[in-house]
Amino acid sequence: MTASSHAPAVHRDDFAAKLGMWLFLVTEMVLFGGLFLAYSYMRSQYPGDFHRAGTELNATLGVTNTVVLLTSSLTVALSIVAVQRGERRRALAFLGTTLGLGVVFLTIKSIEWAAKFHHGLYPGAAHLATLPHGEQVFFGLYFTMTGLHGLHVIAGLGVLAYMFRKVARGEIGPERPLLLENAGLYWHLVDVIWIFLLPLFYLAA
Amino acid sequence: MSALDMAGMPSYLENTGPRKGLAAWLTSTDHKRVGILYLVSMLSFFLVGVGIGFMMRLVQLTPFANLITAKTYNALFTVHGVIMIFLFVVPGLPAAFGNFFLPILIGAKDVAFPRLNLASWYFYMSGAILAMLSLFTGPGAPDTGWTFYVPFSLHTGTNVSLAVFAAFVLGFSSMLTGINFITTIHRLRAPGMTWFRMPLFSWSIYATSWIQLLATPILAITLVLVILERVFGIGIFDPAKGGDPLLYQHLFWIYSHPAVYIMILPAMGIISEILPTFTRRPIFGYKAIAFSSLSIAGVGSLVWAHHMFTSGLSQFAIMLFSLLTMIVAVPSAIKVFNWVSTLYKGSIDFQPPLLFALTFIFLFCIGGLTGVMQGAVAIDIQVHDTYFVVGHFHYVMFGGTGMAFFAALLYWFPKMTGRMYSKKAIYAAWFPLFIGFNTLYFTMLVLGWMGMPRRYFHHLPRFNTGHDIATVGSWFLVLGILMLFGTLIHALFKGEKAEGNPWGGVTLEWTLPSPPIAENFLEIPTITTGPYHFPQEDQA
Repeated sequence: MTASSHAPAVHRDDFAAKLGMWLFLVTEMVLFGGLFLAYSYMRSQYPGDFHRAGTELNATLGVTNTVVLLTSSLTVALSIVAVQRGERRRALAFLGTTLGLGVVFLTIKSIEWAAKFHHGLYPGAAHLATLPHGEQVFFGLYFTMTGLHGLHVIAGLGVLAYMFRKVARGEIGPERPLLLENAGLYWHLVDVIWIFLLPLFYLAA
Repeated sequence: MSALDMAGMPSYLENTGPRKGLAAWLTSTDHKRVGILYLVSMLSFFLVGVGIGFMMRLVQLTPFANLITAKTYNALFTVHGVIMIFLFVVPGLPAAFGNFFLPILIGAKDVAFPRLNLASWYFYMSGAILAMLSLFTGPGAPDTGWTFYVPFSLHTGTNVSLAVFAAFVLGFSSMLTGINFITTIHRLRAPGMTWFRMPLFSWSIYATSWIQLLATPILAITLVLVILERVFGIGIFDPAKGGDPLLYQHLFWIYSHPAVYIMILPAMGIISEILPTFTRRPIFGYKAIAFSSLSIAGVGSLVWAHHMFTSGLSQFAIMLFSLLTMIVAVPSAIKVFNWVSTLYKGSIDFQPPLLFALTFIFLFCIGGLTGVMQGAVAIDIQVHDTYFVVGHFHYVMFGGTGMAFFAALLYWFPKMTGRMYSKKAIYAAWFPLFIGFNTLYFTMLVLGWMGMPRRYFHHLPRFNTGHDIATVGSWFLVLGILMLFGTLIHALFKGEKAEGNPWGGVTLEWTLPSPPIAENFLEIPTITTGPYHFPQEDQA
């Protein structure tokens, strides 16, 4: 039997799709939860080292990135409203802005990472190995957590780019904005996780 | 609507679309076909795992002590664990029977996300293929044991990264299935199918899905950390860089202990389906069983550190986790007492599924009680990492989940395939299975109590007798499994046609023809009674 003869007969349940998305977001939260747990434990082991290592991070860039990401969350929400009202051009403009802000975020992030690499502050670097244990763990966690978050940003951008295409082609419209809404939820999750990462690393000093 | 109306319609086994043969199966989003895909692939891996276990036992037989090298033995117990845990017992009942029967039991035409469901199977197969690749490629099969404990897993030269990545991918399959089932149960129950009219298998799947959702991501991130540690040396688990190996054990068991309940809860659900059918009376204590599933899921998530009593935890932590561990025994016992009470004064129709269900209860009690013993710190420190532990979890995982899997297979085989097997051949298979099982694993309990450590290649001469008895037991066990599978495979091709309701069950799957049609129901049924409402109840 083919997929078509087996697909449920035009059974559409937007509530179920939303519920499924929220459940997926729960798994994402727990995924990062494991890392937050590791962070809390390590910080309780090495409070002094974490404080010192935190001074190595550029809080200005961190806060800038927070503003960038929060703004992108706003624009994705605005694009959803625009789609719901049937204003396709405006929706595309907001979605485009979101994509742009996401790229800005990644650019700033990569500048920061490059600076850390330049200073020998990455796992495996000879310089890092000379620092106290707590600082080594701090940077291990920093790269792991911001790296995993960065992957989520990239995935989110991919999803939003796909949504952009769908809105542009009129496949997502006011009668069924669900896909875009779910994509927006994912983007908000990326945002929320960053809000926790900022104080844990940049404001640790 | 009755089975008769659907009699002329093509069953889900027949291809009606343009695709034929395997292609039609691999692209079908019918929950029944996805369930069968899972069933066939899992049973294949199960047989591989059995073969490896058989070899491990053979090596412990005195004359064969030098059949393989110690390094191969390490690989064997690792691979046996990885296959049995990640490819068979964890996905086991939910993915195979949950997929096939959950929608039918609640009166739905499919799961909430059929395409995601098929995708889960592809994730499962990808993970399985990666796991197999890790055995035969690169520097050789992992030798860490299925728990991948650091620091050894960070430094061993074997193929740990690939095996760990395989488990990560399998986790995706598990999470997506969990999301699918929770949404299905919330959204697709038939009219009148209230929460407390759901069959208990659905309840157990619901509780299981929540654990899959909340625990699996922790395993996923832990395994990612192991890979990052191996590749980049991030130092979180490495004491040389300030990390802590104990953190790994915590993170690993935060998932892997609840995973034990992912394995056993659906098994308990199956038993709660089988007992009413073969005693012709409603299950005793319906709500108690439903809520005990949820409380096992809840409390079971808070007991992980009982795997770590000898790892150097604080006295307070040990006491707390010991207490919580013993508390899990309460909802488990509630289930056992309710099952036994269901049998009391029932009109018992002794059939193969009931035999295996009763076997489950017996073996699970031994497994459960030895578990409570190990919950007591003094005993645990004595038997930690001995054959006692191995015997205990085989009683729970194989005697529990495995027997329930067989019971479910025998119970639903006529429904899934439309064929009936030879009952006599099943009884004949049960004897070597049961006798071999207890000879093998009860001997392990005794060996462990005497001090035989697990995962050792060689053993002291004073353990010779015990090991020889256990190995002979494993032969009977394997014989029983082969007889069981042989009977079912024979029935698949040569079995008599099964009726729609061969057991006299009253849950919704028995209102359908065997095998069911695509999309299960012509018209969604309206539910007016509880799940185990036998007609004679009204007359009485």
